[in-house]
Amino acid sequence: MYAFDIERPTTIADAVAALKADEAQPLSGGQTLIPTLKARLAAPSKLISLSGISDMIGLSDEGGALRIGGATKHDTVAKEAGATHPGLAGLAARIGDPAVRHRGTIGGSIANNDPAACYPSAALAHGATIVTDRRDIAADDFFTGLFDTALEDGEIVTAVRFPRPEASNYQKFEQPASRFAMVGVFVAKFADGVRVAVTGAGEDGVFRWTEAETALSSSFTPGAVEGLSVSADGLISDLHGSAAYRAHLIKVMTKRAVAAAE
Amino acid sequence: MNTNLTVNGRPHALDLDTRVTLLDALRDQLKLTGSKKGCDHGQCGACTVLVNGQRINACLSLAVMHDGDEITTVEGLSSDGRSPLQAAFVRHDGMQCGYCTPGQLCSATAVLDEIARGWPSHVSADLEGPVELTREELAERMSGNICRCSCYPGISKAILSVAEDGTVHREAAE
Ligand SMILES: Cc1cc2nc3c(=O)[nH]c(=O)nc-3n(C[C@H](O)[C@H](O)[C@H](O)COP(=O)(O)OP(=O)(O)OC[C@H]3O[C@@H](n4cnc5c(N)ncnc54)[C@H](O)[C@@H]3O)c2cc1C
Ligand code: FES
Ligand code: FES
Repeated sequence: MYAFDIERPTTIADAVAALKADEAQPLSGGQTLIPTLKARLAAPSKLISLSGISDMIGLSDEGGALRIGGATKHDTVAKEAGATHPGLAGLAARIGDPAVRHRGTIGGSIANNDPAACYPSAALAHGATIVTDRRDIAADDFFTGLFDTALEDGEIVTAVRFPRPEASNYQKFEQPASRFAMVGVFVAKFADGVRVAVTGAGEDGVFRWTEAETALSSSFTPGAVEGLSVSADGLISDLHGSAAYRAHLIKVMTKRAVAAAE
Repeated sequence: MNTNLTVNGRPHALDLDTRVTLLDALRDQLKLTGSKKGCDHGQCGACTVLVNGQRINACLSLAVMHDGDEITTVEGLSSDGRSPLQAAFVRHDGMQCGYCTPGQLCSATAVLDEIARGWPSHVSADLEGPVELTREELAERMSGNICRCSCYPGISKAILSVAEDGTVHREAAE
């Protein structure tokens, strides 16, 4: 690691002010950032810890939607989101392993936008709103590419707001060593239609499978996607699986998610 | 940076470089070398310790972020190295080289506590009431602790034997 200072603000306003320093960067659970620092792939002058900001921690109801503070740990979401958002709670319960879930946070996952991360698919499938210190961003506009988001320099994800689905589920085909998604599919059914988001597969990160959305909006059954096929164009090919294999998995995982949706 | 840690019940005032991980602080500054460094990337669990009762990977946490925290390492699980779990690991041959064992023991100590509190996992059959420590449940809960010697049969037997002794179910049933 290169040398850095650390600040531990207790309010969002203080964190935003501290992030104005040259090369300052937020630190949340550190489950991605600390390995990155060890590999010297990042050289912040100062880390601004978000874990002491109480306004960014915990779940609350916001007009029927679920608001999750940006510094809320995966373990908390796994334990507390299930009553209204079972798909989301199930997703959080399957991230990494218990030790990772005790540190890693939703804000860190969303801001990092790893192409194999789980949370971006939940945000996109719910049509969630990413709340930052300065504005609201629709999930459809937030994930802009590989490890890339609509966040500006020094902007922090303070919360994510998930509308309540009628039914939802996340199915992850795990890369067995890391437990990241080789393909993960999140399906969420709302009164005005179904949304399907795919992670782990796209070269540009998470994306919506709109053909499946149309088919599932008229019939919410696994059979509804049977006749569809996913093109391997633009999908990841690596040592874990070819693009064609991932294309196949997308349909399989979608059917499983629909069958398991509650 | 001045950092106060309570480790295995003893307070320590340390002056640390911000880059020092909790694992390196424990091993290099406090000479508690039980916690091991396997991967240094959060993937093997050899560095598992309990922070305020919760297990984390000490290699993926900066020591200065733990000012005021209570940390338990394998050295603190018992005064004589013979906690029920430690004794069971010996009895059931839950190790070969022993490198992963401190992490396995800390993690398993937390598993028994989590089960006693009735916290379900995503493989639990029933989300309400006491959690049954089945093999599948144990595999999921211990999934963060890898054993390169593949001593999983002995490790599982050891943990299950302590769970079956009633230390776990007693509290859950109350
Ligand atoms: C062994 C292991 C297995 C894992 N398995 C999975 C898995 O199966 N699925 C999965 O999805 N993830 C997995 N992860 C990743 C894990 O979920 C991380 O916790 C997460 O990706 C990053 O969250 P964090 O809180 O640790 O963020 P950090 O590491 O602290 O930060 C990550 C990045 O986001 C920035 N950042 C953090 N918080 C904010 C914020 N609120 N606003 C703006 N920017 C912010 C940081 O500056 C940094 O660039 C795994 C990690 C490990 C180590
Ligand atoms: S050394 Fe920390 S998880 Fe491997
Ligand atoms: S006993 Fe050798 S790694 Fe587990």
